[in-house]
Amino acid sequence: MLGQNEEGIKKRMEGRVLKNKIMAGLFFLATSVGLIFLVLLFYRVLTQGIGYLNWNYLTSGPAPYPEEAGIWVGMIGSIMLMAIVAIFSVIIGVASAIYLEEYASQNKFTEFIRVNISNLAGVPSIVFGLLGLTFFVYIFNFGYTLIAGGLTMALLILPVIVVASQEALRSVPIDLHQASLGMGATKWQTIARVILPAALPGILTGTIIALSRAIGETAPLIIVGAATAIYTLPDSLLAKYTAMPIQIYNWTARPQEEWQFVAGAGIIILLAVLLLMNSIAVLIRNKFQQRL
Amino acid sequence: MDKGLQSEGNKLNVQDLIERNKQKTTFGQRIEKVIPWFLLLCAIISVLTTVGILFTLLRESIGFFSNVSIIDFYTGTSWSPWSGEYGVAPLIGGTLLITLIATVVAVPLGLMSAIFLSEYANDKVRRVIKPILEVLAGIPTVVYGYFALTFVTPMFQSIIPDLGIFNALSGGFVVGIMIIPMVASLSEDAMNSVPNALREGAYGLGATKLEVVYKVVLPAALSGIVASIVLAISRAIGETMIVTIAAGATPNLTFDPTESIQTMTAFIVQAATGDTTFGSTIYYSLYAVGMTLFVFTLGMNLLAQYISRKFREEY
Amino acid sequence: MTKISEETQETRTGGLTSKPVVDRKDKQQKRESKNVMQVEDLNLWYGSNQALYEINMDVPEKRVTAIIGPSGCGKSTFIKTLNRMVEMVPIVKTSGSIKYRDQDIFNGNFKQEYLRTKVGMVFQSPNPFPKSVYDNVAYGPRVHGIKKKEVLDEIVEKSLKDAAIWDELKDRLDANAYGLSGGQQQRVCIARALAVEPDVILMDEPTSSLDPISTSKVEELVQELKKKYSIIIVTHNMQQAARISDKTAFFLNGELVEFAETDDLFQNPQDKRTEDYITGRFG
Ligand SMILES: Nc1ncnc2c1ncn2[C@@H]1O[C@H](COP(=O)(O)OP(=O)(O)OP(=O)(O)O)[C@@H](O)[C@H]1O
Ligand SMILES: [Mg+2]
Repeated sequence: MLGQNEEGIKKRMEGRVLKNKIMAGLFFLATSVGLIFLVLLFYRVLTQGIGYLNWNYLTSGPAPYPEEAGIWVGMIGSIMLMAIVAIFSVIIGVASAIYLEEYASQNKFTEFIRVNISNLAGVPSIVFGLLGLTFFVYIFNFGYTLIAGGLTMALLILPVIVVASQEALRSVPIDLHQASLGMGATKWQTIARVILPAALPGILTGTIIALSRAIGETAPLIIVGAATAIYTLPDSLLAKYTAMPIQIYNWTARPQEEWQFVAGAGIIILLAVLLLMNSIAVLIRNKFQQRL
Repeated sequence: MDKGLQSEGNKLNVQDLIERNKQKTTFGQRIEKVIPWFLLLCAIISVLTTVGILFTLLRESIGFFSNVSIIDFYTGTSWSPWSGEYGVAPLIGGTLLITLIATVVAVPLGLMSAIFLSEYANDKVRRVIKPILEVLAGIPTVVYGYFALTFVTPMFQSIIPDLGIFNALSGGFVVGIMIIPMVASLSEDAMNSVPNALREGAYGLGATKLEVVYKVVLPAALSGIVASIVLAISRAIGETMIVTIAAGATPNLTFDPTESIQTMTAFIVQAATGDTTFGSTIYYSLYAVGMTLFVFTLGMNLLAQYISRKFREEY
Repeated sequence: MTKISEETQETRTGGLTSKPVVDRKDKQQKRESKNVMQVEDLNLWYGSNQALYEINMDVPEKRVTAIIGPSGCGKSTFIKTLNRMVEMVPIVKTSGSIKYRDQDIFNGNFKQEYLRTKVGMVFQSPNPFPKSVYDNVAYGPRVHGIKKKEVLDEIVEKSLKDAAIWDELKDRLDANAYGLSGGQQQRVCIARALAVEPDVILMDEPTSSLDPISTSKVEELVQELKKKYSIIIVTHNMQQAARISDKTAFFLNGELVEFAETDDLFQNPQDKRTEDYITGRFG
């Protein structure tokens, strides 16, 4: 009797252990699906694009024939765009973060700003495009220009920069505030000479990550009128322009297969730029972590 | 001269220098007064952005609804702006279909990944896999669009031979792949914050790992998990480039994933790239659709916030 | 500018190292027994929680005043009130008066920044800025508008010498202060406080995070510094108070129970509670 019972328990136990093992395998498999598609994506892009990636591609602009088309104008357009985005979003974003972390008292209004920023981060990028279209293109009358695109993108990544800067400022030990104020430094002197330099690596890392998101953004740029057929580099803030993702989209949308190779080559460049930016961010972060 | 006195004299000197500098620091004092106002101004820009979005969407939508009745817009079932038909249902349907497919892909895969990372993987494995998984979230959507059109669609075509080049299935599938890390990462955070004492209690009763996951971890982390899913859905609703490139431009009220459809976002892109003249009804329709999209995503985000706030209260 | 550099030069040879001069001055001070700060009827609240009750205390000039008492009795709160650092906590309210050289520090015309150049502070755990040793020490003078390199060089050298760490660090002025040992960091922090040549130096348990050797170095330093500065030092360690201070104040539950010459307080406490505390019956 007793022996049988024990046998039963043992059997059931084995069943449960087996089930656990099977599910563990399934969980691992599910995790691999994401990773497999990541690998497939890289593999696909590389094999499609590598054949078109040559010197000519790097130095030419858009062209009517696939063999002549290149990424140069789009790449420079993206870089100029990012410069504008960086200037505006960093100044406004870091200043907002300083205000919220160092000056604002905990009242309803600052809470409102905080909630507002986190909600803004969830607004689809294409809606920012509509905002830019109304304000920068039409009301400010910039037209379909570099500055209109840059300002739109700056607003788009502003929440990311504010939140990253807030975190960086918050991680500066209170000790340093005390040390500086204890020397008779004013609040602003303390912020400018001690807090900001100490928070700088964190702010930089956050900014680079935000910019790397912006450089691949396509939808809002389409709305505020980044053009596809631009053959020369923009020569002013009020010049028409194109950008890497716009070129990639345009090439992808063409039916002939050769254009997809051209697009693939563009994606390789775009991903390489992203990799570079993220590596810099990681480098800064690691260096900073060693310091503390 | 007395040396002691001299040291006294010196002591006065640094303070004297400071004193002298104090007289001319009116500039510094002015900075001290101006800076907080400048900072406040910058902080207000984010509020102005929100106000700007609301203002833009509302004003232009009102312009639109003076041409097209709001009732026709929300009850009509045919969307064909170039021939004057403005029933938004096909666009909403397209968006929902894509979102549904993406959810079906991302929620099981994301959740299972989260369980694997949080409960089964050791620290070393987690530290390698989690960042790699998060790379998925950093890939530009135009790249995903390219991948959907040139790889995923042909892949599905080999299974479903009469699948068209543009279809909801591959668009939705790739959107799902894109939001996996969102579900996985946030859910894993929620599972990680379940106190270990709870797990140990169950192990003490002889539970297997799987039973601990089902009976302890998942229930305790439930609201965090739900919040992560809601956020991911909101992201899928607003996703633009993948569906523009891969899902087609056919406003089509259908729940057949093999058909070509058009989402709200894809319509906005289509209209903005076409020859839409400023001030035309089609131009205004961009904003009416944008407004509808905005309400959807805002609703989802507020829901996620509400859920995770409740979650925080529980602990 | 040249004037100051000559005089600093003099100080280095005369001010600190020639004992007789300073000793004579020290005796003079004792005879005159001037007060550098006077606290009258000080009460302090954190929100609705009262942390200090009716404190009255005269802080003597150029002597070491120790503050002892059990944890949570208000020692830190008290000395942070003396340079108004306590007001970093927004809910703090005070009543009563504190005078620095006969000026009321709570008076609206008396600038906090000015007060803190006169009443410097060294904190419990070393808190150098993540900058070079030089930039740490030059920080105070710089924020107060001193920019000339030669003047700053003078000040940095003199402050590090006064903090007894010049010999250790003179070749590493450009090194990041975070790379120093805890004891060195704390002395750099003392040098940083000395750089603006304050009148009073507040020290909140400056040795509590240091090893015994670093601790004794800081203790020796305090003995040197009192020749030029008035020092108020909070300590958990009664032996330390007995070793280095001239006067000792005993705090308990936010009250100043007893304040007397250190020898008197330890050998002949007037209050039963003081006696209990120093004989280790509680706390
Ligand atoms: N920021 C604060 N907010 C509210 N109450 C505080 C704050 N800081 C201190 N207190 C309270 O004031 C009282 C005195 O604290 P204080 O830090 O001055 O004690 P202490 O004597 O320095 O103790 P210790 O020896 O542990 O450093 C304590 O009851 C403490 O809880
Ligand atoms: Mg204390």
